[in-house]
Amino acid sequence: MDCSCALSKTLQHPALVRAVSLGLLLLLWIVAAELTADASVLPRPLALWTPFTEAVASGALPYHLGMTLWRVVCAFVPAMAIGVALGYLMGRVPAVDQWLDPWLVVFLNLPALVLIVLCYLWIGLNETAAIIAVVLNKIPNVATILREGARALDSNLDAMAKVYRMRSLARLRHVVMPQLAPFIAGAARSGIAVIWKIVLVVEFLGRSSGIGFQIHFYFQLFDVAMVLVYALSFIGVMLLVEALILQPSERRVRRWRTA
Amino acid sequence: MIKIDVRRKAFGEEAILRDVRFEVEAGETIAILGASGIGKSTLLRLIAGIDPAFEGEITRPDKIAMVFQEPVLLPWRSVIENLTLVHPELGAQAALSALERTGIVDKARLFPGQLSLGQQRRLALARAFAGRPDLLVMDEPYVSLDPRTAEEMLALTEALIAEAGPAVVLVTHSDVEAQRLARRCLRLAGRPATIASELATGSALLSREVHHDRA
Repeated sequence: MDCSCALSKTLQHPALVRAVSLGLLLLLWIVAAELTADASVLPRPLALWTPFTEAVASGALPYHLGMTLWRVVCAFVPAMAIGVALGYLMGRVPAVDQWLDPWLVVFLNLPALVLIVLCYLWIGLNETAAIIAVVLNKIPNVATILREGARALDSNLDAMAKVYRMRSLARLRHVVMPQLAPFIAGAARSGIAVIWKIVLVVEFLGRSSGIGFQIHFYFQLFDVAMVLVYALSFIGVMLLVEALILQPSERRVRRWRTA
Repeated sequence: MIKIDVRRKAFGEEAILRDVRFEVEAGETIAILGASGIGKSTLLRLIAGIDPAFEGEITRPDKIAMVFQEPVLLPWRSVIENLTLVHPELGAQAALSALERTGIVDKARLFPGQLSLGQQRRLALARAFAGRPDLLVMDEPYVSLDPRTAEEMLALTEALIAEAGPAVVLVTHSDVEAQRLARRCLRLAGRPATIASELATGSALLSREVHHDRA
């Protein structure tokens, strides 16, 4: 009885659940690969190791990974900054919300591909167009999340800051931003996941470097193994970003809740 | 001197306050009484300068403090930061003294969420008095406290007012609070509300007025 209790507790541990869950996915992949029985369609996970080490050793994988990461950062920073500012304004000033809400609906429903193609057509096949396309795709999502955050700001805290005449910067830093932090963190986490996927499409369609470009290249060669090597490498990097940057910073801003 | 002259305050088409006029001398405490929903808190928000949308004029000093119905603290900042961020001119030592005066100096490094409601209200009082305000506005500051804690807070407020000497406008439902803290009581009544009566505390009439309000 005690034994089954301990086992049940162990199986509820979040890290273990996560590991088992990923293990099951891997198992599913192995089973699918066995059933397919054709490495050119779906290679086994272990079969990716050699092409992976070769891609790393040749420098191709680090280079293209670096280029995609660079584009993700270049798009993420302005998309978050503009989206946060816009969402905050829309949540706080009803007139701005009234005027910009229809724009938001239009851009939210505009397919990412359309914006990417239009940016390439209007600006040219260059970095600027690529980054602008990704930024324009992401701003509406960030703004929508932050608008809800701004609407949920505590009016009593606003009143307190007003009565005690807190300076604008102090008010923003100590009263407003901590309330928006969970919304910003949510927008950042979903943002980075969406942005890197859009960056891949942008690279696929019109760049000569990056994971998206490599996937395009190996797609033309019908090299499934290399497509998976590049895609999984970047997923690995994004998981590291999530674990080493996003989650710790989120824990820090939520410290007061768990104290 | 604080001069309040609210000719009309409305939310949409509905007028809440009409021709509310009174003055508060420096160092004087007045209590505002009236039934729930009559507009007492609305009047306080006008006096504190939180809501500027009304017809009339209010002359108030620059240094104002307010104690809200809820403690209204920054839950993500420590107890001492709740003082130093709101009053940046306050040094760490002065902030600690303010906390000591309200009996929560040992909680300085905790977050407000780690305090009891009574301790949070002590922090709200410390914040109000730390800035040496010329006008203190209090909106039912002891609501939802148990009788013993409410009595402790009342005694502490009395002492702090006596030390700092600000003009105080207090909204309360409690005749005990009104009698203990205020020199004058104004009773709001009607729709839109106006001052129905003004009484000096300590008179037998006040007690009757207050009980009439609560009935």
